[in-house]
Amino acid sequence: MNLHEYQAKQVLREQGLNTPRGVVVEDPTHAELAATGYLGGESWVVKAQIHSGGRGKAGGVKRVDSLNALRETVTHLLGSQLVTVQNAPDGQPVHQILIEEPLEIVREMYLSLLLDRDHECITLIASVAGGMDIEALGHEQPDKILREHCNPILGLQAFQCRNVAFGLGLSGTLQADFIRMAQTLYRLFIDSDLSLLEINPLVLTRDDRLVALDCKMVVDDNALSRQARLADMRDETQVDSKEVAAQQVGLNYIALDGNIGCLVNGAGLAMATMDLIRLHGGLPANFLDVGGSATAQTVARAFSIILSDTKVKAVLVNIFGGIMRCDIIADGIITAMHEVGVQLPVIVRLEGTNVTLGKQKLLDSGLSVITAEDLTDAAQRAVAAAASVQTGALI
Amino acid sequence: MSILVDAHTRVICQGFTGKQGSFHSEQALAYGTQMMGGVTPGKGGQRHLNLPVFNTVREAVRDTAATASVIYVPAGYAADSIMEAADAGIALVVCITEGIPVRDMLNVKAALRANGTRLIGPNCPGVITPGACKIGIMPGAIHLSGKVGIVSRSGTLTYEAVHQTTQLGLGQSTCVGIGGDPIKGMDFIDCLALFEQDAQTEAIILVGEIGGTREEEAADYIRWHVRKPVAAYIAGQSAPPGKRMGHAGAIIAAGAGTAQAKIHALREVGVEVAESPAEMGLAVQRAMLK
Repeated sequence: MNLHEYQAKQVLREQGLNTPRGVVVEDPTHAELAATGYLGGESWVVKAQIHSGGRGKAGGVKRVDSLNALRETVTHLLGSQLVTVQNAPDGQPVHQILIEEPLEIVREMYLSLLLDRDHECITLIASVAGGMDIEALGHEQPDKILREHCNPILGLQAFQCRNVAFGLGLSGTLQADFIRMAQTLYRLFIDSDLSLLEINPLVLTRDDRLVALDCKMVVDDNALSRQARLADMRDETQVDSKEVAAQQVGLNYIALDGNIGCLVNGAGLAMATMDLIRLHGGLPANFLDVGGSATAQTVARAFSIILSDTKVKAVLVNIFGGIMRCDIIADGIITAMHEVGVQLPVIVRLEGTNVTLGKQKLLDSGLSVITAEDLTDAAQRAVAAAASVQTGALI
Repeated sequence: MSILVDAHTRVICQGFTGKQGSFHSEQALAYGTQMMGGVTPGKGGQRHLNLPVFNTVREAVRDTAATASVIYVPAGYAADSIMEAADAGIALVVCITEGIPVRDMLNVKAALRANGTRLIGPNCPGVITPGACKIGIMPGAIHLSGKVGIVSRSGTLTYEAVHQTTQLGLGQSTCVGIGGDPIKGMDFIDCLALFEQDAQTEAIILVGEIGGTREEEAADYIRWHVRKPVAAYIAGQSAPPGKRMGHAGAIIAAGAGTAQAKIHALREVGVEVAESPAEMGLAVQRAMLK
């Protein structure tokens, strides 16, 4: 789960770390009040709060030098859909804006902690080249990236912090500040079950302070049940509404661009089904895993979520019945089609336990379900069905 | 022969009296697995499914001489259960539980490194040697004792590979579902090494998916250490970057972990990669004829 920048900075401040002074607002009037009151000064930084990087280039981060410009920028951004290179083509809605004081910056650095699956540990990454896209930097100037792998049992050690501090060219009291900060961040990462904590850029200001100018935090979804406070910071407006609806009923759904809806059991098979559709010349409309213990109810909900996407022209149901028997799945499909009133072609491929009984039930139901012989047959039929519905709609 | 488990493997179940533990222990017993009993703290001394229940894994091991354990306890307690099993001297721990926090798994892995216990999972279907021993949630009936070793990150795709090799009459030596989490126990390479040494296994199917670089590492391992024919399928060729596709570990991050890169790496070392998930069986058959 992603946190907004202002939420992440709040968490940093609670740990005694430096961030620019800032106020989060939801309307232009409060933006002006914040600027003239708490923040003061004559210029401010306006930052649109969305769950995506690349905001600066998309016009979501601006420095303004007058109250008029502030009002104009805030009015323009609020309620808009900000499209960045990372969230294109739809973008994400801006409901909150962070107004911050500008800082006098001497130099910018990069600092992050992340879950490193290759080394099975938390790795600290730093660079003297701040503000840049770290992946791009990794490709262009890999020698400028400092890495420290943290032993999960011992945690981040002082010598590792020194390695990085010297690598960043920080000495004296700044080095001591950095070491304290790195160790605080590591503890925060562990205590909050984060999977990413990125400060980019980490800036050195003219008055010799290390300040987190921007901060991104991602919380491990599996740990949200024991991170109630962070879980409360969830902003569902930043996620596709169909994905939110699916999550609420325990389904894994991801919206895609195609026109063939997919209803599959198992994440691997769901991905494979998308691939198979593409292999046969179609485009999947979604990823949807109904899980290993799907019931008639979950199948029905899955159908309604898939059909709420108006791009969908055909639905492919692909189930390998293991513990869940095919006849039960067939019951689910029949219930769902009655409840939801499916008008589009539905192609069903059933395999596994009680497959014959399952297919028979679908036949006996009188519903216009196309039963496929095997995986390939199912994909081909779905692609053909979607194509014919699509052409029909055009005429 | 087979790998990891056979007809003599003595198995206990952690989370034995719960809904999942009960259901799948019954299925395992019906399949012929040597289930010796189970552990549910606070219910020690009772009997369940006509088998003894113990308070601790240590007691269960002392009384039953079990060498394998299967874990069905909820995500918040599963890491502790894995460590309890390892501490009690269990050689093979199979953790079915989905949704264990990553931080817990980092600690588990660090602890297991010191004691040599093998872990399969978490978030996996388990391990089965057809006709001999079933530990996990896979449907036993689709399996056929035979010559193909299967190792997979995905549950239902394992079943597809099993189904296809059964239909072709090839059968399976052992099938290992290593699970879909980013931090997990045994990986492709561990299983490839065992399959390469196993007399019953004549060919191997590797089922991978987007995320991480374990398939690439497996390709490198195959180049130098595996002489048996290998076929593969990689799921997620049409997955968009930055989105987590169901499995916690299935995400393309910063251009790394794409299906294309994995397929390329595997083909480079002569692995027969199936274009379609419907052709895993055919691919291994082709690999065996090469």
